[in-house]
Amino acid sequence: MEEKEMPNPIEQLQKVSWIKACTTDSIPENEGGCVMIKGKQIAIFNFTKTGEWFATDNQCPHKMQMILSRGMLGDQAGEPKVACPYHKKTFSLNTGECMSGEEYSIQTYPVKIEKNEVFIGLRD
Amino acid sequence: MKQKIVVAGNGMVGYKFCEKLIAKNELARYEITVFGEEPRPAYDRVHLSAYFEGKTAEELTMAPLDWYAAHNIQLVLGDPVSFINPVNKTITSMKGVVVSYDKLILATGSAAFVPPIPGSEKDGVFVYRTIEDLDLIMDYSKKARKGAVIGGGLLGLEAAKAVADLGLETHVIEFAPRLMPRQLDEAGAVILKDKIEELGITVHLSKGTASIDGENAIKALTFTDGVVLDVDMLVISAGIKPRDELAVKTGLAVGKRGGIVVNEYMQTSDPNIYAIGECALFQEMIYGLVAPGYEMAEVAVAHIAGIERTFAPYDMSTKLKLLGVDVASYGDCYGTTPQSKTIVFEDKVKGIYKRMNISEDGKTLYGGILVGEAENYNMLLQTFKNGIVLPPNPEDLMLGSRGGSDSSANGLSMLPDEALICSCEGVSKGDICGAVRELNITDMAGMKACNKAGTGCGGCVPLVKDLINDTMKSLGKVVKTVLCEHFAYSRQELYDIVKIQEIKTFDQALDQVGKGCGCEVCKPAIASILSSTWNEMILKHAPLQDTNDKFLANIQKGGTYSVVPRIPGGEITPDKLIVIGSVAKKYNLYTKITGGQRIDMFGAHVHELPDIWEELINAGFESGHAYGKALRTVKSCVGSTWCRFGLHDSVGFAIRIEERYRGLRAPHKLKSAVSGCVRECAEAKSKDFGIIATEKGWNLFVCGNGGSNPQHALLFASDIDEATCIKYIDRFLMFYMKTAEPLSRTATWLNKMEGGINYLKEVVIEDSLGICDQLEREMQFMVDTYACEWAEVVNNPELRKRFKHFVNSDEADPTVAFKTEREQKFPVDWK
Ligand SMILES: Cc1cc2nc3c(=O)[nH]c(=O)nc-3n(C[C@H](O)[C@H](O)[C@H](O)COP(=O)(O)OP(=O)(O)OC[C@H]3O[C@@H](n4cnc5c(N)ncnc54)[C@H](O)[C@@H]3O)c2cc1C
Ligand code: SF4
Ligand code: SF4
Ligand code: FES
Repeated sequence: MEEKEMPNPIEQLQKVSWIKACTTDSIPENEGGCVMIKGKQIAIFNFTKTGEWFATDNQCPHKMQMILSRGMLGDQAGEPKVACPYHKKTFSLNTGECMSGEEYSIQTYPVKIEKNEVFIGLRD
Repeated sequence: MKQKIVVAGNGMVGYKFCEKLIAKNELARYEITVFGEEPRPAYDRVHLSAYFEGKTAEELTMAPLDWYAAHNIQLVLGDPVSFINPVNKTITSMKGVVVSYDKLILATGSAAFVPPIPGSEKDGVFVYRTIEDLDLIMDYSKKARKGAVIGGGLLGLEAAKAVADLGLETHVIEFAPRLMPRQLDEAGAVILKDKIEELGITVHLSKGTASIDGENAIKALTFTDGVVLDVDMLVISAGIKPRDELAVKTGLAVGKRGGIVVNEYMQTSDPNIYAIGECALFQEMIYGLVAPGYEMAEVAVAHIAGIERTFAPYDMSTKLKLLGVDVASYGDCYGTTPQSKTIVFEDKVKGIYKRMNISEDGKTLYGGILVGEAENYNMLLQTFKNGIVLPPNPEDLMLGSRGGSDSSANGLSMLPDEALICSCEGVSKGDICGAVRELNITDMAGMKACNKAGTGCGGCVPLVKDLINDTMKSLGKVVKTVLCEHFAYSRQELYDIVKIQEIKTFDQALDQVGKGCGCEVCKPAIASILSSTWNEMILKHAPLQDTNDKFLANIQKGGTYSVVPRIPGGEITPDKLIVIGSVAKKYNLYTKITGGQRIDMFGAHVHELPDIWEELINAGFESGHAYGKALRTVKSCVGSTWCRFGLHDSVGFAIRIEERYRGLRAPHKLKSAVSGCVRECAEAKSKDFGIIATEKGWNLFVCGNGGSNPQHALLFASDIDEATCIKYIDRFLMFYMKTAEPLSRTATWLNKMEGGINYLKEVVIEDSLGICDQLEREMQFMVDTYACEWAEVVNNPELRKRFKHFVNSDEADPTVAFKTEREQKFPVDWK
């Protein structure tokens, strides 16, 4: 696996500490997986179609369900998104904003890939 | 100096006033303070009942708190205005806040009118107006069995639906001799009553309520004729009472029967105080609908801003869906205009009643009523409002598409540009067509964003869509139903493309005929096409599947799944029943018999699914595909083997059919049933395809549907033998799978098919397209390549790995929580 790092503005603004989450092959292509980090459930998405990786909260803010890692990936006018399996609310993987017109949003986290490992950046 | 504006009341109209004031872009001139009595910001009261169907308070909110902040509106909630000093021009709130005003807007709405019946203070007696009322009703209904609603008008029937949906035996009590006395005539009301009673709701007419009985809580109602009805919950929905108490206290003029008197600028008897919405009385009339309230808000805003605009008596035409029945009335619905004639159409079997009142020369429409089917309401309303000359056979307008689809298109082109299409937001035909022509708007979503058309009650949406399409056609643009932004094709076109270009994966489809990365609309649609064409293991396309197909189980509240093994025809041996029982016990699953004659086990963690299925498969079960847009069950009655009326072996035939089409992926789920005689105990006529035994063979029915929009299946072929029946079903299903839009059931598919059932018969029975051989071959391929998906997962360690919650640990989701009720487990309620 080649080494690559996703540029992420949050990282430039704030100091983050990188935490090893899982291996790249544990998240199937074009799907998500959930990891538990420091007592928090985080969804990691392997957006193979564009070669990008994303991480967000696993909890959907609509009905507070721990489910987004099982959501469906896609894009809307080029903006990568995930659709919650319960009621199909969609969220931007870049900003966490709800793209189905709701006020709530989800937290997104920076991701980097080193060798075959996925790291999540958590703010200190 | 900024003008100080105070708004008392943050309901739908009070909110609209703020929105419209802001839209004038003169915020700099005003300082706005809003007092609301309710604890939350304004919400969509019109769709209040949606709260019962799972919409949350947030989803019903008109605008979130941030919106008020962003526009510098001071919003004070849970604190009503309790005193006005019109001389010093100040108001005092209940909590003692004093604010001075230049202009004061009363948008206090109305309260439910509670007739003076002794006992109305008892526990279990409610009104139906606010979210809090609904919370109380929902809570109380848990311990109630039998509910009544006083009031058989629009709001009463709305409340009756809620009571029925909560699972209570429901009674509607109306004082007048008919339902909806303000909107319907006698004949229309009779049809509506029949339809409502079909749903199991009892309607009591001409009944006055003398008292509400019971010690602390309601136990019964006593009517004025002495009859007693036992009930343990009551919703009073007998009309509205304008909230004019503040105006009365201030000495403003009010009407004899309530309501704050306003002039055509919405000013009360004090020119600095305005009243708008349901509290305002204009020319002796209270307008209990949202569209006129919005117009009042517009008029008041204009007057404050110094723009000339006046309020004129407003048309009270309405179209509603009450308990699933369309009801509409418009204009002079009773035909009281002198020298008018009436045309009536009535179909008691289907429960349809239509009436139109026209001028003696047959040229002008005065008004009318529609019950049971109101498809043409928008066209009729526009014809009436714009005084369009009626065609030579005016009844065509009311009876609908007999004259072919052109008639409505012609009708649209006849409307003048000023015709108001969306009355909630005041959008005219000219605005809509202009947006298509000049701003390149091509769909409903774009139109909503552009001028808000259709964002109010939503009643105008079909008409707006037609106008968009017609205008695009007139510009020579192609109107096409495309899947989504990633594929510029319809499902049927994609089906052919997949087959002809031998597309086997989603990425291939994207590369060859699509763009972007796909989304939650096109991914499952393409997955369904791929599997209807190549019938490959569903998990091969896991990233494309809705979560149910992704984990081959139905996701339930709380994140656990349910497991449904196939029980063909509903026939099962005692030994297999024991297996299901012991598996459910071992994994602590909640069990329930489904409507499709099988057993559903709920509450399995995702990691338990392969283990559970391993045990079931070892005992001879296979997947029931309850999670897929696929064949679900073929229900059966016991038929000739046991039943004394049975003509043939309905169970045996049902098993044969279920085993033939099991696993078949389709645009939507498929249901079927077989009955052993005309008594129809298996309810075959409510299925996508249903079979009923006759003396000479079987009758085949197609395109029926239960669910939210029930539709009876239509007779397709009579007295045919088993082989012919299967041949027709093969062709019928394959034709449906190839040509239907995503997520459309066979009933919807047929409704949209030009030529309807006769055309379908020509294609499937008479082979008018010459494709029957191919359809049969394709179906045979599906039958031959069937394999149980769960058996494949259970035996494949790689696939089994997918079934866990965390990728970095084997633990189950620690947030899953259960409670116990009726000796079984349930997920905790969601927030
Ligand atoms: C179940 C239901 C279904 C309906 N269906 C339809 C429909 O299909 N189509 C349709 O057109 N209409 C429908 N309506 C009617 C529609 O909801 C009303 O016409 C509309 O809500 C009126 O708006 P409003 O702002 O005048 O009053 P409201 O929405 O009642 O708002 C008034 C607000 O002012 C508050 N208030 C009162 N006094 C004070 C005070 N002194 N100080 C501060 N605040 C105060 C009240 O608490 C309330 O929040 C329905 C109503 C109900 C209840
Ligand atoms: S058309 Fe009817 S009415 Fe409108 S959304 Fe618009 S209104 Fe409501
Ligand atoms: S449909 Fe006829 S055969 Fe079947 S159970 Fe009912 S009565 Fe008996
Ligand atoms: S729980 Fe996610 S959309 Fe409803």
